[in-house]
Amino acid sequence: MSTEMTTGQKKLTKKDLFWVFVRSNFLQGSWNFERMQALGFAFGMTPAIRRLYPKGSEERKQAMKRHNEFFNTHPFMAAPIVGVTLAMEEERANGAEIDDAAINGIKVGLMGPLAGVGDPIFWGTLRPVFAALGASIALSGSILGPLLFFILFNAVRLGMRWWGVSYGYRKGSDIVSDMAGNVLQKLTEGASILGLFVMGALVNKWTKVNIPFVISKVKNPTTGKTDITTVQSVLDQLMPGLVPLALTFLCMWLLRKKVNPLVIILGFFAVGILGYWANILR
Amino acid sequence: MDISGVQIVLIFIVACISGMGSILDEFQTHRPLIACTLIGLVLGDMKTGIIIGGTLEMIALGWMNIGAAVAPDAALASIISTILVVAGHQQIGAGIALAIPLAAAGQVLTILVRTITVGFQHGADRAAKEGNLRMMDWLHMSALLLQAMRIAIPALVVALTVGTSAVRNMLDAIPEVVTGGLNVAGGMIVVVGYAMVINMMRAGYLMPFFFLGFVVAAFTNFNLVALGVIGLVLALIFIQLHPKYNTQYAAAAPAGDSGLDDDLDDELD
Repeated sequence: MSTEMTTGQKKLTKKDLFWVFVRSNFLQGSWNFERMQALGFAFGMTPAIRRLYPKGSEERKQAMKRHNEFFNTHPFMAAPIVGVTLAMEEERANGAEIDDAAINGIKVGLMGPLAGVGDPIFWGTLRPVFAALGASIALSGSILGPLLFFILFNAVRLGMRWWGVSYGYRKGSDIVSDMAGNVLQKLTEGASILGLFVMGALVNKWTKVNIPFVISKVKNPTTGKTDITTVQSVLDQLMPGLVPLALTFLCMWLLRKKVNPLVIILGFFAVGILGYWANILR
Repeated sequence: MDISGVQIVLIFIVACISGMGSILDEFQTHRPLIACTLIGLVLGDMKTGIIIGGTLEMIALGWMNIGAAVAPDAALASIISTILVVAGHQQIGAGIALAIPLAAAGQVLTILVRTITVGFQHGADRAAKEGNLRMMDWLHMSALLLQAMRIAIPALVVALTVGTSAVRNMLDAIPEVVTGGLNVAGGMIVVVGYAMVINMMRAGYLMPFFFLGFVVAAFTNFNLVALGVIGLVLALIFIQLHPKYNTQYAAAAPAGDSGLDDDLDDELD
């Protein structure tokens, strides 16, 4: 403690925060089945550990050990957790009574709820919406599609990361009381509504099923033309996109029964080949 | 089509970037839209690359890593199927069909690497005992490099062999009924990805929004931007009007009804 008194308060610089932010983009690089993002988290904390705990000190070894404990959350939502941890480490380095359990408690306590928010917002809504937008443009061969997806998604992601690290650092452990409000629930629910609405539209528009199987051929007495009724034309009169809707619900049910999605896709391949061979599907 | 030495090197680099993107899940360089476009660019036919990317992206829409669950691998599927289509002169439909088993193979490979990486984690424990920050950095980056090699090495093998007559004959031997059938299936398999996304967010009381999206798309010609704006507006209105987010108004309700009072107390607790 006495050495710290003479050297003054230890403080993370803006530059440290920036490098932690940069490194947090590599959180999952060493993702493993034992401790998942643990090493990645420690990798992100390195600039702070270097600043706060002198080389060769016991504190530095302890800090490295502390951040190699099990950790796993949504990669982008890890940013505010990193920020809070930075604030707590800074206090601890300045002599505050914060033990390993307190720091790990915050990390573990935040990772579950934040993953629960990040998964529907980023994987369930933002990425599928931007990707579908990009893909619908890309199908015509335009470079605008990939560019739009890449720029939009990364702009939001990097913005979220930087904001998360600096917000978490500013708030420190007070962030827990912020999360007790219903802001996160609002975000999750709002994202789910947007995501489900767009998915409904995609099921209808961005699928292609054609069943040209002929039900009847009737010669129209007035025009002399033959009216051909196919399975598809009957279904389209009811509502376009009914077959994809039924297939979607079938898939949802199969996925809930823990069927591997790739197996379902192979099943569709089999149906496609058989249908094409039997002239039922085109 | 002959692939030049420079192209081989570039394919290797793109495959590395894609492999890293696949584990990091940050810049999305493993997504078909990006990976296929880059491979197309390297092989001199970016337009085909973009079209394959768009098609595969719709199929892969729901491929996401949640918790400890590992998704089918978009990186290996995108890179190799694009090489086969552009340099192996295959139809896009055939490329898509080949992408599916490749996604399964990539999934197996990443599970393997994620298991090997446990050793790197233990190495980090030793680095912590010595207080060696630099060694910890190296361990982390080596694990990332291993994930890059997981894609880059198979891509290299395919790029080197795609021009040989053995591979070409094999690809050309796919009968018409199979490629035609796969094209038909391509229009349907996108629903698997949609179902994965829907399942993740599905809550009974939110499903009306799914059906509304379906019907609006069925009877209008709105594009995705318009549909996205409508969805966003619906979400905002729902949040603004829903009673559970408006407790300050609810608290002002007449106090005569005791049942309502109890509910409110529970909520305020």
